[in-house]
Amino acid sequence: MAGNRSETAQGLTLITPPLLYSVLVLAAPLFTILAYSFLKDGYLTVIREFTLENYVQVWGDPIFRRIMLRSLGVAAMVTLVTVVLAFPVAYFLSFVVAPERKALWLFLITIPFWTSYLIRVFLWKVILGYNGVINSGLLSIGIIDEPLTFILYNVNSMVITLAHAYAPFAILPIFVALEKIDRPLLEAGRDLGENRLMTFWRVTLPLAMPGVVAASLIVFIPTIGDYVTPELIGGGKIPMVANMIQVQMLALDNRPLGAAMAVTAMLVVAVLSLAFVLVNRRFLKVQR
Amino acid sequence: MKGRGLRIYSILYLLFIYAPILLLPVFAFNSGTVIAFPLKGFTTEWFAQMAGNATLRRAIANSLTIAVSASVLATCLGIFAARAVTRFRFPGKGAISGLIILPIVLPEIIVAMSLLVVLLSIGIRLSLLTVILGHTLICMPYATLILTTAFNALDRSLEEAAYDLGETRLSAFRLVILPLVMPGIVSSLLMSFTISLDEFIIAFFLAGNEVTLPTYIFSQLRFPAQIPMIMALGTVLVLFSILMLTLAEYYRRRGVARTGARESGGLL
Repeated sequence: MAGNRSETAQGLTLITPPLLYSVLVLAAPLFTILAYSFLKDGYLTVIREFTLENYVQVWGDPIFRRIMLRSLGVAAMVTLVTVVLAFPVAYFLSFVVAPERKALWLFLITIPFWTSYLIRVFLWKVILGYNGVINSGLLSIGIIDEPLTFILYNVNSMVITLAHAYAPFAILPIFVALEKIDRPLLEAGRDLGENRLMTFWRVTLPLAMPGVVAASLIVFIPTIGDYVTPELIGGGKIPMVANMIQVQMLALDNRPLGAAMAVTAMLVVAVLSLAFVLVNRRFLKVQR
Repeated sequence: MKGRGLRIYSILYLLFIYAPILLLPVFAFNSGTVIAFPLKGFTTEWFAQMAGNATLRRAIANSLTIAVSASVLATCLGIFAARAVTRFRFPGKGAISGLIILPIVLPEIIVAMSLLVVLLSIGIRLSLLTVILGHTLICMPYATLILTTAFNALDRSLEEAAYDLGETRLSAFRLVILPLVMPGIVSSLLMSFTISLDEFIIAFFLAGNEVTLPTYIFSQLRFPAQIPMIMALGTVLVLFSILMLTLAEYYRRRGVARTGARESGGLL
């Protein structure tokens, strides 16, 4: 067989097409955004002149700050709700379901995730709305006298909608972490006189933490940038950061400012994610 | 019985996940023009309306063109990536795989906006082609992951046996490796197709004046009179997606079985 050098060469040759594609269609545009954020905006064009003005403007803008905080709040809430609700399901899949049935359960859980995102989001508006399924249902059986308003076109309804949309993303990483746990380890815990709850608290949960951390990030990062839910559920009146970036880039045609917003948002998300991983680093180390 | 509470909880959770989808056919066959309870009567009018809609037909044709092109391109690129990662060692492997997988976690709005800015600044006109470009990018990570599982399950000695029997590197790939990973390839094609068909953000920003299924749906959601028809369309789309995903899962499992590996994990 071929030696080491040609092994490297073959590997690099093979990886070149997908790598080139990623560089051209992903990395280069991302760098362009980064570059734009340091340029000046001219009328209908971009002036090639270095400036930090965009960042000064973005960071000093109270509206941007409010929208960024709202996005972070919504994403944090969604992450908390999804991960907490998903954990028991992942636990059930890993510890209770018979091995040959696991793939079927996973399949059932992931199916809705791949189907008509827009319509699913819209249907939550139908379910939660003023004349929606919940309100008209509760009204007709006489539990409430007037429609519930706390679930109406507001941050709560956005959290419910997004938590529903990202549910499978939370279950899978936790499930994978739970599957890796050595079952004899848990028996050992119980043999040493721990009860079920204590075994869970002291052995299972810490070992599942890498999955919980991964699930949190995999839900948190995309939700921050969600565009559809604020547009459909919030009726465009409760924008999140993605909507603001889009307005700035296209409707107002101030690409450098929009780029500075995008870079700022990504930086904030990156820093928060890193901090989250650092806070949980003792759990992540256990696995090795 | 062990875990009874957990089982009940999980079934309720599954119901929560499926709740909106289960409502789709309910309203699609409801003769009332307002999407609310109580239901009126049974009708198939909305499906008939759907069949006679010219813009919708155009949207379907466009979406199919995009989804077929993007899934083929993404799967081809995925084959290269998966083969490279599973079979060879080379410097920067981790970083390169990271870059290829990145679109899974990157918010789509960032991908769409940055791509749009570049396309506009170099003067490329927005069309179906630009959507295909974007969709190939976001399908590639899923294709790569599915194909990596398929290539990982390969027994290296089969390949070496082919070399010993006088096959060249290319013919060994075609005659031995390709048939073994074929189920993975089919699974990757179907998965990418489903993702592209349902993708909204990139299509919304990169399609220019062209309409795709999701952008058509989005534009119609503003008009209450159109909603029943959209429910009918949604019902058809969900059934179609479930069919595609079931096929994808079937081929993925067959691939795992063919190479004699143990079943593990799901589509994600």
